[in-house]
Amino acid sequence: MKQESSLSKSSELSVGSRLKRDRKKILSAKYTPYIMIAPFVISFLLFFLYPIIKTVIMSFQSIYPGETTFIGWENYRKLFNPRFYTAVFNTAVYTLWTLIILIPIPMILAVILNSKLTPWRNVFRSALFIPALTSVIVAGVIFRLIFGESELSLANSLLTMLGFSPQQWMMNWGTGMFLMVFLASWRWMGVNILYFLAGLQNIPKELYEAAEIDGAGPIKKFFRITLPMLKPVTIYVLTISIYGGFRMFEESYVYWENNSPGDIGLTITGYIYQEGFQNFDLGFAAAIGLVLLLIILLINTVQLQFFGLFRKENS
Amino acid sequence: MMKRRWMLKVLSVILLTCFAMVALFPFAALLLASFKPANELMRFGLNLQLDPEEMNLQNYLYLFTKEGKIYWTWYKNSLLITLLFTLITLFLSSMVGYALAIYNFKGKNAILFLVLFLMMIPLEILMLPLFEEMIAFRLVDTYGGVIIPFAVSPFAVFFFRQYALGLPKELIDAARIDGCSEFGIYLRIMGPLMLPAFGAMGILQGLNSWNNFLWPLIVLRTDEMFTLPIGLAGLLTPYGNNYDVLISGSVLAVLPILVLFFLLQRYFISGLTIGAIKE
Repeated sequence: MKQESSLSKSSELSVGSRLKRDRKKILSAKYTPYIMIAPFVISFLLFFLYPIIKTVIMSFQSIYPGETTFIGWENYRKLFNPRFYTAVFNTAVYTLWTLIILIPIPMILAVILNSKLTPWRNVFRSALFIPALTSVIVAGVIFRLIFGESELSLANSLLTMLGFSPQQWMMNWGTGMFLMVFLASWRWMGVNILYFLAGLQNIPKELYEAAEIDGAGPIKKFFRITLPMLKPVTIYVLTISIYGGFRMFEESYVYWENNSPGDIGLTITGYIYQEGFQNFDLGFAAAIGLVLLLIILLINTVQLQFFGLFRKENS
Repeated sequence: MMKRRWMLKVLSVILLTCFAMVALFPFAALLLASFKPANELMRFGLNLQLDPEEMNLQNYLYLFTKEGKIYWTWYKNSLLITLLFTLITLFLSSMVGYALAIYNFKGKNAILFLVLFLMMIPLEILMLPLFEEMIAFRLVDTYGGVIIPFAVSPFAVFFFRQYALGLPKELIDAARIDGCSEFGIYLRIMGPLMLPAFGAMGILQGLNSWNNFLWPLIVLRTDEMFTLPIGLAGLLTPYGNNYDVLISGSVLAVLPILVLFFLLQRYFISGLTIGAIKE
């Protein structure tokens, strides 16, 4: 209906006005993309470019209300202190553990979930994904309940049952790290399974059929076909895990709220938050932030280069 | 051979059941805890002693007392911010992504590079200048302050661009001949074709916004403006005596998401996996 009416309308137009209209349309086609991407450009300038330039400038300043002075590299020199080392160390250990747990295990579970032999696949997939729906805060509430300090708390009674002594989970470095890694693993397992499942579904079935004809067993098939074919997804998961691990803040905040005993839960982002929003040492906080940015970009560039080189060799 | 297959099947079910139990058990623990007296819970943790006489609805009833009233304000803030953020980010991000996929224009590749680059930047490092900007724009302690800086999500832009690449371009030419304006084509013809993408991204962005923590923690300053995660986190002190709200409030904060998940499972999953499939 609409088409008809617009057709009849256009045939009624005189040649002149049609030309004018066409020119307007060509102009519109030329400018529309710029109008459409304008929100991104504005947002980029206002909420990324300006703040990042400001951060770089701030990192060379001493900023206190009404008094801003350039102090050169002083803020960066201040980075050489035990608390910053602790923050970097905790963050690195946490990231490493999330990589060790959240890549191989979801991969294996995804392979099992992808097999037609496995019953109730959808039920298992949903069940494993559900923790991802909670906020870190709610997850933290639950974990603090389970890992309470009383000897009768769930985790401690389980330990006693197995013959170990009960723990003060939130008071020691090792158990504290365990709490953070466990919380992250619990929330992210299902998401990474989904990533690997998506990758598995992209592997052509013929590859497996051919391997079966050659007499390859399940283990050989996994290492010769599945693993290499999952490489793009694995690199993606690795990249976002490094990114997510190094910027971690909430997983520590829910346990200690930025004031952990002996800094056992101090992370780089937590340190930025403390220095910037609690001690108001804005220049120093900016310097920490830039170092964090550098770490993430460096590790991910190296990692992508490393695996990228391998990919070229293969093809 | 048959026997080995059967063994493998049993083994995988056992393994999956173990992991599924670890995944689901904490929810059961939270639900159980919500019926127990709250003041001892957070300090000493949850134990497994099931004393039916001790169990009651006190924690939930507390939400309806004068002290618990603030919880519903947080709930309302969370709902409104999530709704507004999701609508705005879907509209803006899809438009940018669509333009990057459909049109050829100068600077297109530079913009695409910036989108991908921004996906790698931890925005935490920009907190301080962003907060100063919020002060300058008078957006501190407002919904706008939470929403506007992140309204154009690079991740969503990229997602919509990938999706729009697969749309039939012939429709655009046909619409142009019919005299449809470029924005009209986007809004009336191509937009509706992207509906599955809107569904998947909408759920993902909504979930992120509902659970968002660090930025709202910085921008929102007064009790009346807090979202659920910020409000609940404030009750997480070792000395607080508001654990009743914390526990029953946590149950009610996950509940709507669980319901939505069971209704819209397909969209949840496609929204999360798209980034990994497309190279």
